[in-house]
Amino acid sequence: MIAVSILNRLIMAAITLFGVAVIVFVLLRVVPGDPIAMMISPGASPADIAALRAHYGLDASLATQFWLWLKSVLIGDFGTSISLKRDVLSLLGERLPATLELAFAALVLAVLLGGSVAIIGTLARRTIFEPVIDSLNGLFLAVPDFVWALALVLVLGVLFPLFPLSGRIDPSIDAQFATPFYLIESLVTFRFGIFADICAHMVMLVLALGLPLAAIIARVLKAALSEAMVQDYILLAKLKGMSELRLVLQEALRNAVGPTIALTGVQFTFLIGGTVIVERIFAYPGIGNMAIDAVINRDLPLIQGLVLVFGALFILVNLAVDLLVAAFNPRLAHG
Amino acid sequence: MTSPLLSIAGLSAISDRDGGASILRDISLTLERGEVRGLVGESGAGKSTIAKALLGILPRSVRITNGSILFESRDLLTLSARELRDIMGSEISLIPQDPQTALNPGRRIEAQLTDGLRLQRGMSSGDARRRALKLLEEVHIRDPERVLRAYPHELSGGMRQRILIAAAFALEPKLVVADEPTTALDVTVQKQILRLIRGLQEAHGTAVIFVTHDLGVVAQICDSVTLLYAGKVIEDGRTSDVLAHPRHIYTKSLISAGPRYDRPNAGLTPVPQAVFEQLRREIGIPEGGR
Amino acid sequence: MAEVTSPAMPRPSSRMAKRVRALLSEPKVIFGGGFILILLILAIFAPYIAPKDPLEQDLMSGTLPPAWIEGSDPGFLLGTDDLGRDVLSRAIFGTRIALTVAFVAAGLAALIGTLLGLLAGWYGSWIDKVISRLVDIWMAFPPVLLSILLVAVFGSGVHSVIAAVVIIDWTRFCRVVRSETQAQARMDYVTAAHTIGFSRARILFSEILPNVTPVLIALVSLEMGIAVIVEAILSFVGLSVSSDTPTWGGMIAEGRQMIYQGWWVLVVPLIALFATVLAFNQLGDGLRRALDPVMRR
Repeated sequence: MIAVSILNRLIMAAITLFGVAVIVFVLLRVVPGDPIAMMISPGASPADIAALRAHYGLDASLATQFWLWLKSVLIGDFGTSISLKRDVLSLLGERLPATLELAFAALVLAVLLGGSVAIIGTLARRTIFEPVIDSLNGLFLAVPDFVWALALVLVLGVLFPLFPLSGRIDPSIDAQFATPFYLIESLVTFRFGIFADICAHMVMLVLALGLPLAAIIARVLKAALSEAMVQDYILLAKLKGMSELRLVLQEALRNAVGPTIALTGVQFTFLIGGTVIVERIFAYPGIGNMAIDAVINRDLPLIQGLVLVFGALFILVNLAVDLLVAAFNPRLAHG
Repeated sequence: MTSPLLSIAGLSAISDRDGGASILRDISLTLERGEVRGLVGESGAGKSTIAKALLGILPRSVRITNGSILFESRDLLTLSARELRDIMGSEISLIPQDPQTALNPGRRIEAQLTDGLRLQRGMSSGDARRRALKLLEEVHIRDPERVLRAYPHELSGGMRQRILIAAAFALEPKLVVADEPTTALDVTVQKQILRLIRGLQEAHGTAVIFVTHDLGVVAQICDSVTLLYAGKVIEDGRTSDVLAHPRHIYTKSLISAGPRYDRPNAGLTPVPQAVFEQLRREIGIPEGGR
Repeated sequence: MAEVTSPAMPRPSSRMAKRVRALLSEPKVIFGGGFILILLILAIFAPYIAPKDPLEQDLMSGTLPPAWIEGSDPGFLLGTDDLGRDVLSRAIFGTRIALTVAFVAAGLAALIGTLLGLLAGWYGSWIDKVISRLVDIWMAFPPVLLSILLVAVFGSGVHSVIAAVVIIDWTRFCRVVRSETQAQARMDYVTAAHTIGFSRARILFSEILPNVTPVLIALVSLEMGIAVIVEAILSFVGLSVSSDTPTWGGMIAEGRQMIYQGWWVLVVPLIALFATVLAFNQLGDGLRRALDPVMRR
């Protein structure tokens, strides 16, 4: 039944996350590049270095280190960032919401835009517009988020300076936020001026992240819709006197969504991965941006925490995709 | 004399794909209100093409070169898409061949049955639901409540065909096109379905065009029959007349070719090759062509 | 009316010829493949084609705009960066790194992924379970983060960039090849091979692999585009080759810094990048269509 399969998947997810943690842990400690060396001041004595190393627990054996780390993670202690000198968990808590807002805004854009293009493309079947739409889509498919971000910087940031090129909110605004979810909170508390400012900072990132996904959704959904539209039940529905638009939206769409989600669900995880570079380009204070610095600085505790967070996000997204696919297929949902 | 419900005159069509081969050759037939006419022929005889032309769903590769299809004195071939949409479903409907693929796997039966009622008759969902329940009872479905809530894959082939029949009669159309509705079913179920269609047709006074390749089916429920070969009408008349006194030798051979269940040892006599050759000469089909 | 004649089985050499003809008749293959070919020529003969030395700094000619804009020097067709280096020449030399990473990384990733995918799809049971579980865990990493991590681990240089791409993307090949292998395994020709007495390994490599190849080739082309992007991202972040060797990503990073003073430093490598990825995508698309017997109509 559904409940059992969900439980099954959660267990699998936990195991996967565990595997991820182990791999990263081992990888980082096998690595050349000593985080301690990066943070000591010149002229520190070997005793100081050793003390620092012991302070961060880097002198014990690999297995011991992992065991200690695992125990503390399970009680919610992710350790202290070596480079930022702060508690990893609170660092993550501060920055994750920014990235989440970005990712979901991009998802909404991708679904709405990609969905519309797919539906319009299906309605334009066998007209001259169809190859036009397909070619444009093919062009968009070739542009990854990285390239979009830079192109947008050029066009909307420099050429026609419409939007700010960095940050999350205008530094001159003194907004007291109760939660790290600036976008949602400003909307919910009716502070529309602040909301608009935050949106302006997010526009180019959301476009850069969402357009590639939109292109993929458009292509896959259109293919699925076209496949559905040649089925017998569509013909029969047409003979009931339905218009073309109703045929696509009411009859074909529900059978096309399932396969589309199955194929594009994974792409959303790529979108989340893409936040790493896009945030960097726009100096946006999310976990992606923090991740790059963490790696460059060999900040082990922070890297581990970040990898766990990313891993958990990926796994959750995969889980959600599986559930959605089942929900849209009556055969799977109702047995 | 009231004019017939349906009057097809001089209908001719060719196939662009086969290099202009004739699919229909000067077809003419009429249908009165409440009449059940069988459209019989082997594969490729043109019966499906006529049905599709009637419903306005001819494939793009088929082109009508001549003729008219008058439904209540309106030529269906000249109507706009919107006008056709108004007629389809409420005045002309279809019982499709394959119950497996004709129902939307993603929608419940209730939604699919009440589509036409809400769309064309503007019924509220409550009224439409009640009407749907009654329709299901008319096609002898037990436990109609459960069936309404079900998805197509939960039901058997025979049940699905009954639902499709119910949907066809839902809006009390004047004409129902039955496209080989029993071909995809078990033999045991076929007879029930035929009786069901005939019963509904008599109760609602609906005219039926029954497309089939089986003369036996025609004998069971058709008032009149049109026999086709290679797109041409070979025989046309009341069923009893045609079966008892067939005019063309092809018809005669077909009738005697059918299995005689009362004389199981009589064997099967296929239609002789000579008959086909004569047919082709009469129709004017060149050697090895169409 | 209908006479059934069975066509004679086409000889293998004419089958290949037919395939090549199908390939060449597909416009996407011609355009995409043609562009890649041009890039290859640029990369191989860069020292002869590039007008200037990509590393040569000429501070007197710093930040000059492209030739069609006022204030430019016709010697620097696409302008210079703030250190006076010729943008055009640097872009041309950038093709070397881009294509090296593309071909080697995609090739290796394809090799590893295909091998594991074939094994998983063909032998099933615990091999499949282990490999699939491995792929799942692997794919739980954010690709960009992983690549940055790996390059940070291995140190900078082309080899680590290639290693990073291979380590991240072999899973893509594995998944596709696995499902394709499973699909092929269900076909009749495989059963026939069994009955003739071919060993399992032999069937896998001599019967199934050739039928998996079309899908594979298309995927390799796509993967090359991805590899180019990853390299660009890594050099953007400063983790790829040393800063002397010109890479498109490095140029983009520099261009981003001086975007107000000289937009061309960012635009030229960006366009080069986009065009290259587009070409690989089109090529992959066209190959898939030309080689897939179902889609060919």
